[in-house]
Formats: sequence, C-alpha cells, structure tokens
Amino acid sequence: MADLTTNFAGIHSPNPFWLASAPPTNCGEQVMRAFDAGWGGVVWKTIGEPIANVSSRYSSIDWNAQRMMGLNNIELITDRPIETNLREIAEVKRRYPRHAVIASLMVESTRAAWHEIVKSTEDAGADGLELNFGCPHGMSERGMGSAVGQVPEYTQRITEWVKEVARTPVLVKLTPNVTDIRVIARAARRAGADGLSAINTINSIIGIDLSTFAPRPNVDGKSSHGGYCGPAVKPIALNMVQQVMADTVDGPPIPISGIGGIGNWQDAAEFLLLGCTSVQVCTAVMHYGYRIVQEMIDGLSNWMDESGFATLDDLRGKSLSRVTEWKHLNLNYKIVAQIDEALCIGCQLCHIACWDGAHQCIHVDRVSGPVDGPVELHPKPREVGREKIAVTPMPRLDPPKAHIGPYATPLERIPRVDETECVGCNLCSLVCPVDGCITMVERPTGLAPQTWAERSTGTQGAPPQGDRVNGL
Amino acid sequence: MEFVKNPEISQRFPDLHPALDARAAVVEANRCLNCFDAPCMGACPTHIDVPGFIRKIAANNVTGSAKTILDANVLGASCARVCPVDVLCEGACVLHGKHQKPIDIGRLQRFAVETFYDAGGRLVLRKRQERSQRVLCIGAGPASLACAAELRQLGFQVRVIERRPLPGGLNTYGVAEYKLRAADSLREVEMVRGLGVEFETCDVDTASLAQLERDFDAIFLGVGLGAMHRLDVAGANSASGIIDALKFIASYKSGTPPSIGRRVVVIGAGNTAIDAACAAKRLGAQTVTILYRRQRQNIPAFDFEYDHALREGVEFQWATLPTVIAASNNGLALTCVTVAQDATGRLTPQPGSEFTIECDALIPAIGQSPLLELLSQVRGVTIERGRVAIDRATGQTANPKYFAGGDCVNGGREVVDAVADGKRAALGIAAWLSNQKRNSAEEHRG
Repeated sequence: MADLTTNFAGIHSPNPFWLASAPPTNCGEQVMRAFDAGWGGVVWKTIGEPIANVSSRYSSIDWNAQRMMGLNNIELITDRPIETNLREIAEVKRRYPRHAVIASLMVESTRAAWHEIVKSTEDAGADGLELNFGCPHGMSERGMGSAVGQVPEYTQRITEWVKEVARTPVLVKLTPNVTDIRVIARAARRAGADGLSAINTINSIIGIDLSTFAPRPNVDGKSSHGGYCGPAVKPIALNMVQQVMADTVDGPPIPISGIGGIGNWQDAAEFLLLGCTSVQVCTAVMHYGYRIVQEMIDGLSNWMDESGFATLDDLRGKSLSRVTEWKHLNLNYKIVAQIDEALCIGCQLCHIACWDGAHQCIHVDRVSGPVDGPVELHPKPREVGREKIAVTPMPRLDPPKAHIGPYATPLERIPRVDETECVGCNLCSLVCPVDGCITMVERPTGLAPQTWAERSTGTQGAPPQGDRVNGL
Repeated sequence: MEFVKNPEISQRFPDLHPALDARAAVVEANRCLNCFDAPCMGACPTHIDVPGFIRKIAANNVTGSAKTILDANVLGASCARVCPVDVLCEGACVLHGKHQKPIDIGRLQRFAVETFYDAGGRLVLRKRQERSQRVLCIGAGPASLACAAELRQLGFQVRVIERRPLPGGLNTYGVAEYKLRAADSLREVEMVRGLGVEFETCDVDTASLAQLERDFDAIFLGVGLGAMHRLDVAGANSASGIIDALKFIASYKSGTPPSIGRRVVVIGAGNTAIDAACAAKRLGAQTVTILYRRQRQNIPAFDFEYDHALREGVEFQWATLPTVIAASNNGLALTCVTVAQDATGRLTPQPGSEFTIECDALIPAIGQSPLLELLSQVRGVTIERGRVAIDRATGQTANPKYFAGGDCVNGGREVVDAVADGKRAALGIAAWLSNQKRNSAEEHRG
C-alpha cells in the first residue's frame, strides 16, 4: 500500500488531500467532520476582520445536463469573529493533532495588522499560514486579496512582514488574474515564502438570466464579477502550476499546493506530476460532500501501487520535464488516425469533425459489397442515403435486411482515413464516442528528430530548401 | 359514431409510457451523439431531423425542436406515440453498437411536440404565394392529413372529405387508447385545419366523383382499407357476441365499449389483434386468449407488441384454427382444431384434434379488406392485388389526376408510412399541377 503521508515545507498531513480555504472549511465542526471523512488537511476559511455577506452568493454553469461544470462565487472571507475562529482552530488541533490545519489570512495592508493576526493564529495552534492574496471579488475593492496579489511589490512587502514574525511555514496563495503568474510567484519567493498555493479563483461572469437580463448570481437584480472554479478551470490551473514550478529565474522552486478543479484522484495525480506537494479541493466537496476523499485516497494509492510508486516523492514532478516550449517539439514525428472498423458504430462524427473542423482527410465513401483493394474508392451509389424511400419494416412482409460486410456496422457508414492528408491532429480520436476505436498510430518518417529551434538555426539537420527561418 | 365522454376509459387506458418531464428530456437529449447523416433520420419514413430536434431540446429550445419535427412530419405528435420506434429510428440508433440503450427518440419527440402544443403552439404556414389550384383529399386519415398540410404549405387550396363523423382516420378510431387518445388525434387534425385546410363529412359515389373531378384540379386517395375480413367459419354469420377488432376498438375509444363478458377470444396475431386483446383485458375480461393458426415466430405483430400483450396478461394459443362457432348455454362455443405446419408453411388440420373453447365474446382480427367497391368507381386507377398502384416517388396513379397513399397503397402499414406517402404525393401533385399550368399556358400562346 502506497505511503500517502505528506510533508509540505514542514507541514505534515496523513495524505496530500487538503480542503481549500472556502465554505467547506468555515468552522471547526465542519473541519472535524472533514477529518473524520479522511481529509489530510484543511486551509481554514480566510480569517480577518469580519465582513458582511450578500445573498445570493454562488452560481454555476452546467454542461450537457451535468450540473456544476464551473462554479462562481461572490462570498467574502469569514463573517465570524477572529476569536471564534481561533478558539475553534485550537479545539480542532487538540482533537486532531496529526492533521494539518493551515490558517488562511487576510487583513488590511499594514505591518501591525499582519503581525497581530499571524501571532494570534499561530498561538491558536495553526500548523501553517496561507496568505490570501488571491480573492478576486469584494475584498480586492478594499485593497486586499487579489489587489495585493496582482502587484509583485505588495505581495513581496506583505509576505516579508509576515515572515518577520511567523514561526510556522508561510504559503502565498496566487491569483490567476494576472498576465504572468511567475512574476508574483518570484515576489513571494524573494520575500522568503515557504510555499505557494495556486490557483485562486478566476474573474468571471457565469451567465446572464435571459428572462431578467440580470447576471447570476442575482443580488436584488444585480450581480458582480465572481471567482470561477470547478472542473472547468483545471487546465488553466495545471498550466499555471507548471509555469511556476518550471520557473528557475530566482532559484529553485518552492513547494506548491495545487488548486483548481480537482474532483478525483486522477486530477490530483496530474497536479502531483506537475510538481505539487499537496492538492486542495473545494468545488467537488461543495457538490458532493466530504465523502469524496475516500475515492481520492483509494484511487491514488491503487494507481501508485500499480505504477510502482511507494511514496509521493517518487512521482512528484515527473511530468515537468515533459512540458517544453513549442520550438523544442520534434517536427519529424508523424502520427495518423486509424479507425478500427470492428469497433466503429457508424456515427460519422469523426468524418464531420475532420471535414468541417480539421483537415478534410476522413471520407465517407466506402460501399458494402465487393472491393478492389484495401480501400474502396467507388463513388457512392445514388440510391444510398436518405433520399431512398424508407418504410416501416413489418414482420412477415419485409424480411430482415441482409447484412453486407464483415463488420457489425455497414461498410458504407464506416469512415476511411486518407493517410496522405492526415496531419495527425487528434481531433477525430477526441470526438469518437467509442473507446479505442480511433487510435493515433506513428508512421515513421525515416527522418532524425528535429525541432523548430534546430531547423531555424541550422544547428541540426539543415532546413529543407526554401523553408522559412526565424526573422525572415 | 358519436364520441361520449367516458371517464372510465381514460382511467382504464392510461398512457402506456410515461411522458418525459423537462429535466429528464434534457438529460436524455444530452445522451444523443448527434451523428452525422444520422441513421435514425434515414430510418424514419418522414426523415425527421432527429439529431437536430434532440439538440434543440438539449438547448432548451423546445419550440424550435417541435417545429423541426412538425416541418418533416405534420403528425409528429401522434407518430411520437404510435410509431414502432424499435424497428424505426430507435432501432437504427448507433448506440446499439456500443451495447447501450438507444436514445429514447419517441418520447423525446413526444415531449417536444406536446410541450409545444400544450403551450398553445400552432403549425406555422411557410412564406409562399397562394395558388388558385384546388386539390381534394378523399379520406381524413394520416395520409390525407399529411398530403393536405403539405399542399397548403405549397399554397394550394385543399379540401378533405371523410365519411366518418370525425376526421383522423385510424388515429381517431383505431389506435389503442393507451398509445394515443382520440382527443389527441383530433387536436392534431385541428392543427391541420388551422393551416387553412377545409374538412367536410360526406361519402362519395360514382356520380359525386365525376363532379369532384370537375371541381378539383387533382385528387388524392387516402381512403385506407375497408371493413375487417369476416371469419370464414361455420356459424360466424349467425352467432351473436362476435365483434371485429376495429369496431371493438372504435366503440370503446368513442366512449361506449360493448359488453364483452368475462372470457374473450381474439382470432389473429397481428398488431390490431393485440390492441384488441389488451383492450379487452383492460375493459374487465378475466381471460383473453389469442388464437393463431401458426407459431409464435410467424406472428405478424411486432415483437414489442407481443411482449406487451404478455405483460397485460393475454394468453396465446398457437396452431389453432376455429372451425365452428355456435351459441352455447352461457355464451359462444368455439370448435377448434390443431393444425400442423410443414416446411413450406402449409397448414394441415390434425384429424381428431377437435376441442371446444367457450367464451363470451369473440373478436376476429384477421386483417382488413381493400375498399374495392369504392376504388373501382375511380376512373382509370389501376388496382393490383387489392392495392392502388402508384409511382412510388410521386404517388401518382395510372390516372394522372389521381394520386394515392397510405393503407390503400401499402396494404396497411404504420401511421408514419401514411404520412410519408401523403407528403411525397403532395410534392408529386404540386409538380404535376405546375407542369399542367405551364403546358396550358403554352397552349394558349400557341
């Protein structure tokens, strides 16, 4: 059984699954139930001077009849007094000493205010601190949250203030609402942060109610831009995590806690492979409850056992070296689509996707009946298609249609790939509804690997005649 | 036949399949793969753009969805309920190839059209010019309704005549009530009337046909089939307690079910026989037995109809042929023989196999006869094996002024086949009339 114990810059937890600072970590009672369910750590919902909230607060976007592909919220930080939160943190730590409790903090941007909150939170027993420089709504209008996280100097200065007094590890939570997240990550690193969390929510308007013209969530007829999260943001989060973890401008990267659309063990594994030490979850728990962590723990440890990883350190960051700039990709690598006729169900989605959305190399011109070669290129008979008069087949009156062709699907409905035109874009295999029906297979080009960087500078395998090089 | 409001009928014949609610429809619609050149669309005789209307349901555009359906099939509401989807659209669904349940196309179609109609939606006339040419449709069943609606869409003046008091044909009088209520059929007729089609109740004979030929530029025969075949069995004409399946169905649907007693025998194993047998069961018969002269695998009914009959508690007795019907002390005594079937399908009564079945009502359901008497009065139309001969693509008969479609052409198929016939004939009529007009204009110039 794989060892899932986690050591994040000195913060220990039984597994890498933490709850993100959000409604699921609002109070001690919730946090204790979360630990009972199996969560390894929590980042307590951001503590600061209590605020007033609005109702409503959340809204979501569905996709293909599935609820909450993306969620956005305009809820602010905790609305409970600092003392209440601290008292509950102390109680949780007393009862759950092995679990990680990280306090998320946000106060006004003065040195004194930050010193005060850091000391009192650590006195309460928090294992670490997460500085909320990411919240994109409400608090940013008051000079906090992403208003800090969008300016490298502010990020650096406040992190320095915190580090002056902090005795526990300090994480800086990064906002994705910036041009280049690496600039902010460097500022945090320069200030001595022990770790990072990324990403916070993304600025968003989730949608407009077409009957009232009011955006959602509706607060008395109006709305405000809210923080976007949930499964939809995962690719954006993965990209930003990779950018930060691959950035060595100011020295080696510091540990990062990955956040953004994580809902199952596979999502978590991907973040770990891009260098995360722990992962944080919110939306999936808001959707299904704390219980989902059991599947996450089970799935991750099964996969680790099957893949031969004994500890999280064995797999952490394994995919980082596989992300490169485009100019370092091998131009001489060629794949083409291959359709398994025995699996094809004849939906022809690959054909129309290729035809309208890609490179016009998947054709529907096969016919049932005798063939001349491996690929049938007869013109389609005129009678085939829906111009043919269709009638309800009646038992007895109409014998069942004879099935022609070697496959379950009639040959005339199985598309054909013209390999000479196929650019290997993958689109057909992405739209194909049948697992394993369309595979992308390598067609050796016989050419040595060559990247654009090499081709354009002539460092290896000179570019073919007439090929453009950089700067021309 | 007058329609009487009879709450007991609606209570005994609730919908066989529950309707989809809006959320369930959206979930089901989202299962659809949206195939290109979708096989379901090809399998539908009216070629409804199935992926198109399903996508609109998924996008909460139910009005657009209903219009897509009705544009291809003006009887989209009744077809959604009565089509044998297992052998049509749903049978062609590619999800079978993934060993998954096909998309519930029938119920999605029903959701879209019924939601549209329930909200007050109406058929919309396409933009076109009114044309002065007049077309008559004889019979107000699905074929004529589809033909009339399509002709109105093309601008022609259309009248539909029908000998029964109510229009709709078998949709009104002949479909099992748990599939399609007469009221739903009549609502659909009203939609066609709303396009500007005139309806008239009258019969035709040789003399009136001659007049109608002068009054109309083209005539569509959508007369369907005639009365059911009579049992060719000794005593069948004299015994009381015999009612043919279509009469039986029409009478209960119109609110006045005949008394059928506790024991009912149905003869024949087609779809109508099963409709009648299930209705008898629902109307209170304790035992309903279908007698069929051949075996299970030979029945003309669809498999799903057979399964449905079993679920309703109908019993089947195979290889059984009635030979004598006589009145008995308490009902009818049916003398039957067992028949053997050889490899060529020939049936031989087994000597000494006679036995008697007692019943209170006997319902023959052995097919309908063609309306030969009526059709023989139509000048120049060819009848082949009891069916009106037409050009399949245009519906035109041997007399170019006459077109035909539906059961009188195909010998009795489904509502959707009649609709497709009617639509094709409408296009055939339009093309022929345009030609006629051009020719006569040229003659005038010449």
